[in-house]
Amino acid sequence: MSGFRLKDHPRAAAAEIGFRFNGSDYRGRAGDTLAAALIANGVVVVGRSFKYHRPRGIIGSGFAETNALVQLGTGAHTVPNAVATRVPLREGLAASSVNCWPSVGFDLGGLNDRFSRLLSAGFYYKTFIWPSWHLFEPIIRRLAGLGRAPTLPDPDRYAARSHACDVLVIGGGPAGMAAARAAAGGGVQVTLVEADDHVAMEPLPNLRILTRTTASGYHDHNLVTAVEEIDGPVVRQRFWKIRAKRVLIAGGAFERPLLFGCNDRPGVMLAGSILHYLERHGVAAGRRPLFAVVDDQGYDVAIAARRAGLDVVGIVDARPEPGPIAAAADALGIAIYPNHSVTRAIGRKVVSGAELIDQATGQRIRIVCDLIGMSGGWSPAVQLFTQSGGTLRFEDRIGAFVPDRSVQNARSCGAARGIFDHADCIADGAAAGHWAATGEDREVPEIAAAVRAPLHLPPPGAKAFVDMQTDVTVDDLRQATDENYRSVEHVKRYTVWGMGTDQGKLGAVNGVAVLAALQGLAPGALGTTKFRPPFAPVAFGAVAADRLLGPFFHPWKHLPAHHWHVAQNAVFEDYGWLRPSHYPEGDETMAEAAHREALAVRGRVGLFDSSSLGSIEIRGRDAGRFLDLMSVGSPSTIKLGAVRYNLLCNELGTLMDDGVIARLGEDHFLMTASTSHAERVYRWLDEWHQCEWPLALSIAEQTARWAVLTVAGPRARIVLENADCDVDLSREAFPHNQIRSGRIAGVVARIQRVSFTGELSFEIAVAADYAESLATHLMTCGAAEGIIPFGLEALDLLRLEKGYIHIGSDTDSRTQPADIGWGKGIARKAGDFLGKRSLLHPSASAPGRAQLVGLQPVDPAVVLPIGAHIIGGDPHPSRGIVTSSGFSPMLERGLSLALLDGGRALMGSVVTAWSEGRSWPATVADPGVYDPRGERLNG
Amino acid sequence: MSRNYSALALLRGALGGNRNWDQAWRSPEPRAHYDAVIVGGGGHGLATAYHLAKTHGMTNVAVLEKGWIGGGNTGRNTTIVRSDYYYPQSAAFFNHSVSLYEKLSRELNFNIMFSQRGMLTVAHSRGEVDFQRRLVNGMALNGIDMEMVTPDQARKLCPIMNFGPEARYPILGGMLQRRAGTVRHDAVVWGYARAADRVGVDIIQNCGVTGIDRDPASGAVTGVQTTRGAIGCGKLGVAVAGHSTMLADMAGFRLPLRSYALQAFVSEPLKPVLDVVASSALLGVYVSQSDKGGLVIGGNADAYASYAQRGNIPTAEAVSAALVEFIPSFSRVKMLRQWAGIVDYAHDSSPVLGLSPVPGLYLNCGWGGGGFKAIPAGGETFAHTIATGTPHPLITAFSLDRFRDLALVDEAAAAGIEH
Ligand SMILES: Cc1cc2nc3c(=O)[nH]c(=O)nc-3n(C[C@H](O)[C@H](O)[C@H](O)COP(=O)(O)OP(=O)(O)OC[C@H]3O[C@@H](n4cnc5c(N)ncnc54)[C@H](O)[C@@H]3O)c2cc1C
Repeated sequence: MSGFRLKDHPRAAAAEIGFRFNGSDYRGRAGDTLAAALIANGVVVVGRSFKYHRPRGIIGSGFAETNALVQLGTGAHTVPNAVATRVPLREGLAASSVNCWPSVGFDLGGLNDRFSRLLSAGFYYKTFIWPSWHLFEPIIRRLAGLGRAPTLPDPDRYAARSHACDVLVIGGGPAGMAAARAAAGGGVQVTLVEADDHVAMEPLPNLRILTRTTASGYHDHNLVTAVEEIDGPVVRQRFWKIRAKRVLIAGGAFERPLLFGCNDRPGVMLAGSILHYLERHGVAAGRRPLFAVVDDQGYDVAIAARRAGLDVVGIVDARPEPGPIAAAADALGIAIYPNHSVTRAIGRKVVSGAELIDQATGQRIRIVCDLIGMSGGWSPAVQLFTQSGGTLRFEDRIGAFVPDRSVQNARSCGAARGIFDHADCIADGAAAGHWAATGEDREVPEIAAAVRAPLHLPPPGAKAFVDMQTDVTVDDLRQATDENYRSVEHVKRYTVWGMGTDQGKLGAVNGVAVLAALQGLAPGALGTTKFRPPFAPVAFGAVAADRLLGPFFHPWKHLPAHHWHVAQNAVFEDYGWLRPSHYPEGDETMAEAAHREALAVRGRVGLFDSSSLGSIEIRGRDAGRFLDLMSVGSPSTIKLGAVRYNLLCNELGTLMDDGVIARLGEDHFLMTASTSHAERVYRWLDEWHQCEWPLALSIAEQTARWAVLTVAGPRARIVLENADCDVDLSREAFPHNQIRSGRIAGVVARIQRVSFTGELSFEIAVAADYAESLATHLMTCGAAEGIIPFGLEALDLLRLEKGYIHIGSDTDSRTQPADIGWGKGIARKAGDFLGKRSLLHPSASAPGRAQLVGLQPVDPAVVLPIGAHIIGGDPHPSRGIVTSSGFSPMLERGLSLALLDGGRALMGSVVTAWSEGRSWPATVADPGVYDPRGERLNG
Repeated sequence: MSRNYSALALLRGALGGNRNWDQAWRSPEPRAHYDAVIVGGGGHGLATAYHLAKTHGMTNVAVLEKGWIGGGNTGRNTTIVRSDYYYPQSAAFFNHSVSLYEKLSRELNFNIMFSQRGMLTVAHSRGEVDFQRRLVNGMALNGIDMEMVTPDQARKLCPIMNFGPEARYPILGGMLQRRAGTVRHDAVVWGYARAADRVGVDIIQNCGVTGIDRDPASGAVTGVQTTRGAIGCGKLGVAVAGHSTMLADMAGFRLPLRSYALQAFVSEPLKPVLDVVASSALLGVYVSQSDKGGLVIGGNADAYASYAQRGNIPTAEAVSAALVEFIPSFSRVKMLRQWAGIVDYAHDSSPVLGLSPVPGLYLNCGWGGGGFKAIPAGGETFAHTIATGTPHPLITAFSLDRFRDLALVDEAAAAGIEH
């Protein structure tokens, strides 16, 4: 093939553009695709195939290209497997062939082609078994794959847009334009998407045209996704989610290659694509083309090529009787070879001729040519239609599948449903557009009956490719059929036919026709393989465009007093919320800071930000009843102004969360949930309320509305007494487990006497806006008492000394209330509640259950790693797990909590903790070792 | 019977123009009666039939498949094979399965391409590291090869993960099972089908079961109604994954399972760029690269129960975003295909294997998003259970009774993501 640019085509006058391909410099014209420019420069071999590394040239145009894959650009901007027929040429563009080494001209992988018979369909399933696949895999792996993925983060951005319209038209060809025009004429809002960079129609006020936009998927509820190529300085692509009342699919059709020997040689092209390059780009793909056709389509191309001045060496028509159009070709002096077909392309690396066979006599002749145009008929682009759920039927008149029954509000028109005549396409589009705007059906053109030559199976050994990119030949399909891989999906998987980057756009229909013939069935009998989204490959970055990445992937949750904590030199950690882990002084380590902070709380007083604790209000006549159903205890019996520790179980009786419930009013409760479970607990309550117990109440998640600051330590009361608080704080008036409302420094506050440190403590909740001022205020009021802020690490030590648990860390998916020492009363609770049945089941009191215990390493300096196991079990070695650990500042020793099988019966005994090969003896003890009688929290 | 596969056989095939290959399996007409019928031509059904014939000498066996064999989840899954399960019962079962996989190519005389490239599950917080330590220690004590890895080791294993300052979740370490990897899913289906056929099993495709016949007196199974007519059977094994509750309906009982769509994605083919299976439960994504070069990507199951075997946009967006956050350079890589399978979950995320309330009917289901790795052991133990009428010792923990007895094996919390 020796492509060149036609001098008298307007493109020849367009601006010159310099680009690089495989290291050489070339010049193209503005408006060219990379493929057009390569052809114009006479470049023939553009890539190598997947398995045999056979040289390949451009075969098609637009989406119908399977060979011309290139690597674009370098570094972070590189794009693997770009389809040259869809890459617009730009100044400085650099592209190279994929899958060849050292070069596309001389590719060592080409050796595979010599042994292609050994590498037939599914060969790898039959060998590499001895001694082991591990020996062979690395080599196979290196050979596989096409382009190279970038390894640097993507510097580009992707945008997303949601869009609604009455009518969406997919495709801006004659049918699509007619459809859009007709629909818009009906006064409705119409959007048209077109992959190409222009649509040749007039603007209309209620028509929006998106060019360079490819519909990529058709989902439920008429949701169509599309990718718009922007290539701007900021945004590379835009991902559209379009919901339309009606969708018109006018995506055209794909021409089918013909099946003859070496039909993959560079210089063998789709006839329609030859025409595309001639008309659209003013580029001739060769000087001496030969055309091979099975019906009248294809003659047009030959005639156009002749008119463009090419030396058309002939039309090989597989039909005994060429149609009337043959006369027109004949009149131009084009030789017609009726009842002939091409048996193979001649030429080692590129086409230099073709061998024909006279089907009547079997006589073979050779014709010299540098380009073979194939026209095997056209197959409607049914991919999006089938994605919408629509069914297909085989249409004998065109030898391809056409849309049959729509499941969604969708309709195909024009070539997308097998209407190929230009005027018919326009009429069909107009009728579809009318339907889309009004819901009325109009008469539509019939699919034209054509005289077509039947499929001709090339003989064994012909190297006739059904799928070029993946190197699947008719022989491979033959072999798969012999081996009883008969479902089209089996053949697809066994031979990898249709698995390339074009997803079978060129080879699917030919393949099913061949398979049906091999099985002795009618051409459409086997159906098609499933065409899954996306229609054309889409960058993951584009699909992800509507989701936020980096810091916004899961947006950070900041405490309302965040900046105040920053000013206190807090170190933050992500615990679902960004919370202070500690407030180091000087060059303190985390452990040192936590130690100091904990001692301050035990000895004096500390301030802790509890704002992330879940706060859920339940309000209504049945609030108490509902909470009784949801809880292990009976919150309905909580007295007004009182607070009670509460456990939530799931149906299995295992612990979901703990927290306190305060009664704010007769019908008004406030539940706190641990930070990490707050959202789940809220949803859990809501689900049971909505789905099972629709009682008279409402549930509101209020966490973010409140700032909650906890003052804890023996001097906590003094701090509050200094803080301009109008609540009576005396021990008698406001004992432990009570809640009060009042004002602190004039601000409305709820104050609870609850404690997670074991110290006297006041949990003060104010509107979130007051977080920082309250923190400052409390620090000022507590300065004389030596108040300091303390973080989660210190809290963890304090609660560990007390044996207070964290559900989810100190419990697992089997832990029930009794396992943590809260078994009493369950059997006595009269009413039903979630988990009751499971908790009364014999398994709940079976011996050997994992129970919460404390562990004290025999060597007090040891801090057991969290996640260590307690070993020595029978029959399974593990008999428990270390769930929390730390170095107790008060006891000055390592302390742990653990879940230990039958643990409570083992108090005082020494067990072995083991982690990653190391082990430590430790004594089983009560979980709470500091102030075991709990006197300190009364203050 | 088909001849053995080998390099020599390929050579012989090549010399004969590849026109001399035997059928991989026959497509016989169904008989009127079989000693055992297995419903479902996925990996589990085929492996079970193979073992019934091979190990237990039951050769009058059929596998009934409503479509084409392997068209269910076995042909749709992301092919990860690992045994990093936490509880001893699961560990014993899945580790056995991995061991069987290691020998399966030879056992079946079919290369299933077990690529033991290792699976890395990263940890993004101190809490996650602690939790992984719990898992790794527990697994190690159960005899599973597991190790903790440091951030540096993680970076060596997979340098393209997001170690940048922009990462929402830093990578603070991870856990690694070196023995884990991927297996070519279709090869497992075809390998078992061919091997089962070679020992006499009838594989009947395009044969959907529409009803289950029971003896009115004993309640025992006597046969099935199918789209290809009635077929009698002595014993009935059901291995239909996401459709298990429907088969239970036909037999008149209910299963504590829910079916969801689980989606997967594959990219364009690329030169090798990812050598381990990399997973982040927190981000909700895992990815490996196949020997053909495509990235195979999975995430969490859809949030609602469904039988729709197709992909959708919300999940595609969530998984793509997670992928790009996890491995930022994959942003420019293109998705080639998106699909879904219907997976059935019990609430403890462990399988249901063994007897059913109906005499003669046996269950192999509840695999959720993780039963591909279980196929060799599932087939072996299920065949034992059907042949002997008693559950195989490796699966007693997974009986249907466990829901009544509240003896759950809660692997949901342990895994965090399906595969
Ligand atoms: C997207 C995805 C990713 C996954 N990733 C992994 C992974 O990485 N690792 C892993 O271990 N597991 C994974 N799994 C799970 C795994 O695929 C399944 O657990 C496993 O394949 C189940 O095998 P099976 O033989 O039980 O079911 P299937 O393979 O689904 O076979 C059941 C068969 O029953 C047939 N059937 C149904 N109803 C009838 C009827 N009435 N009559 C006749 N036939 C019927 C179906 O057509 C089907 O072929 C994944 C699953 C999915 C969907």
